[in-house]
Amino acid sequence: MNIYAVQTIYRSEMKRFFRTIMQSLISPVISTSLYFIVFGAAIGSRIQEVEGVSYGAFIVPGLIMLSVMTQATSNASFGIYFPKFTGTIYELLSAPVNFLEIVLGYVGAAATKAMFIGVIILITAFFFVDLNIAHPIAMVAFLVMTCLSFSLLGFIIGIWAGNFEQLQLIPLLVITPLVFLGGSFYSVSMLPGIWQTIAMFNPVVYLISGFRWAFFGVADVDITVSLAAIALFTGACLAVIWWIFRTGWRIRQ
Amino acid sequence: MPSIVSVKNLRKAYPGGFEALKGVNLEIEEGEILALLGPNGAGKTTLISTVCGITVPTGGSITVGGFDTLTNYRATRDLIGLVPQEINLEPFETVFNTVSFSRGLFGKPRNDDYINRILDQLSLGDKKDSKIMALSGGMKRRVLIAKALSHEPRVLFLDEPTAGVDVELRKDMWDVVAELKAAGVTIILTTHYIEEAEAIADRVGVINGGQILLVQDKTELMSQMGQKQLQISLSEAVAEVPAALAGYELDRADDGLSLTYTYDTNGERTGITTLLNDLAAAGLTMIDLQTKQSSLEDIFVGLVKETA
Repeated sequence: MNIYAVQTIYRSEMKRFFRTIMQSLISPVISTSLYFIVFGAAIGSRIQEVEGVSYGAFIVPGLIMLSVMTQATSNASFGIYFPKFTGTIYELLSAPVNFLEIVLGYVGAAATKAMFIGVIILITAFFFVDLNIAHPIAMVAFLVMTCLSFSLLGFIIGIWAGNFEQLQLIPLLVITPLVFLGGSFYSVSMLPGIWQTIAMFNPVVYLISGFRWAFFGVADVDITVSLAAIALFTGACLAVIWWIFRTGWRIRQ
Repeated sequence: MPSIVSVKNLRKAYPGGFEALKGVNLEIEEGEILALLGPNGAGKTTLISTVCGITVPTGGSITVGGFDTLTNYRATRDLIGLVPQEINLEPFETVFNTVSFSRGLFGKPRNDDYINRILDQLSLGDKKDSKIMALSGGMKRRVLIAKALSHEPRVLFLDEPTAGVDVELRKDMWDVVAELKAAGVTIILTTHYIEEAEAIADRVGVINGGQILLVQDKTELMSQMGQKQLQISLSEAVAEVPAALAGYELDRADDGLSLTYTYDTNGERTGITTLLNDLAAAGLTMIDLQTKQSSLEDIFVGLVKETA
C-alpha cells in the first residue's frame, strides 16, 4: 500500500476545498436557510404534520441528503476530471499507485467535503426547527455511506466526462431529479398509488427514507431495505471503478 | 555496462488498428544519455509512455532495473522520472507544492530539504512560492523536470525537453542534463533537434515508423556513416569537369569556380592525394581547399528517407 500517495492526493484535494472555504461554507448555509424560510416557515405553516413530525423538521434529512449527494458527486467528479483536463493525469498514471489508492485519495477527500457540508446544514437546521435525532449512530452511518457512495459515483462521472458540459450533465439530468422525486420534501406515502410504485424504482427513496428513519424513527420503506439498497449502490459503483482501472477505460490507452 | 532499461519486441497497436510500435528492441545502459531521434509520429512518445506505464503494450516486454513493468510496476515506476512533452501543470498550485505532491505520489516521505535542493539546482529557488500560472514557459518546463526528479529516480525520460524553447534556454537545459548525468542518472531524451543529440548524447537511436532503425555510439555513428566533402576553389572558372578527372565524380558549382569531391573517411584510400596531383596536371590552379564533415542531421535525413 502506497500510503504516502493516498495521503498526498487526499491532502491536495482537501486543500482545494479550504482554499475556497467561504464559498464552501456560506453557500450551503444560505441555501439551507432559504429552504427553511420558504418551505419550513412560509409554506410549512400551512402544511399539517407529516407522519407525526412538523413539516419544518421533516424536510431536514431530505435537505441534508440533497446537498450531500450533489456535493459528493460534483466534488469527486471535478477532482478526477481536473487532472484529465490539465493533463496532469500523466503523473497519476506513471506513479507507483494502484486503483484502490487513487480512489481512496480522491473519493475519500470528496466524501469528507460532503460530510462537512452535511454537518454544517444540520447545525444550521437547529437554528430553525426543533430536532431530536432518534438514532444518532444510524444517522452518522447513513451520512457517511451516502457521502461515500455518491463520491464513488462522481468519480465514475469524472472519468467518463470528456468535457465540462458532460461533467454537469449527469448531476443535472439524473441526480437532481432523482433526489427531488425521492422524497426530500415529502413522504412517498403522500403520492397517488401508481406514483408510489414508480417511486420505488428510485434508489434515492431508500437513502432518504433510511436517513429520515434515523432522525424520527419513521420511514417510507423498511430500514433493512434501505441499508441493503445503499450497500448495493456502493458495491455497484466499486465494481464499475474496478472495471475502469482494469481496462483503462478513458484513462489509460 | 548493464542495461537498466530493456525493451524486447515491444508492440503497441491502438484500437483503431494503427500500430505505433512494431517490435521495438532497445537496451539502455545505466548512466548513459541516449537520444532518440525521429520525425513527428515516429513512435517516440508512445515508446516512452509505454515504459512509464501510461500506455499499455499489446505485445513484448519491458524491464526496468530488472523488474517487469507490468507485473512489478511499483518497483519500475519507482525508478523512473518522466518529463512529458506538453506542459501539464496545475495552474493554481505553487511550485513547491506541486513538486512536493509528486514526491508523495511516488510514495516517498516528505522531504522539504531535498525539494529545495532540486529547485535551487534548476534555478527555481526564488520561485518556489509562485503559482505555476505566473511562470514563463521555460520555468514551467523546469518545474516539470523538478517534479520528475522529486522522488529521486535512477532513470529520467525527457520527452522533447527543448521543443519551443529559445536557444539560450536550450543550452541551460543541456547543462542541467549534464549535471544529472554526473549525478548518475540515466537519461533518455527524445528530440527532433539533431543538434541536441549531437551536443549531449552518448548514444543515438533513430526511430521511424514504429521501428528502431539503429542505436549507436554517437561518435562511432558519425565516423562510420560520416562522409566528408572536399571543396576545391579554383582561380578560374571551368565550363565543365576536365575529362582527365572524370573518374572522380566531381560536382561542379554552377559558377564553375569550385569543385566538390565526396569521400569516405573510413576508406583505405581517400583518393585526395591523387586527385590533387591530377588537378594540377590538368592545369587547374587551386586557391583554397575546405573540408566538411556531414552532420548527424544528414545521416538522420538519409536514414529516414531510406525507410520511408
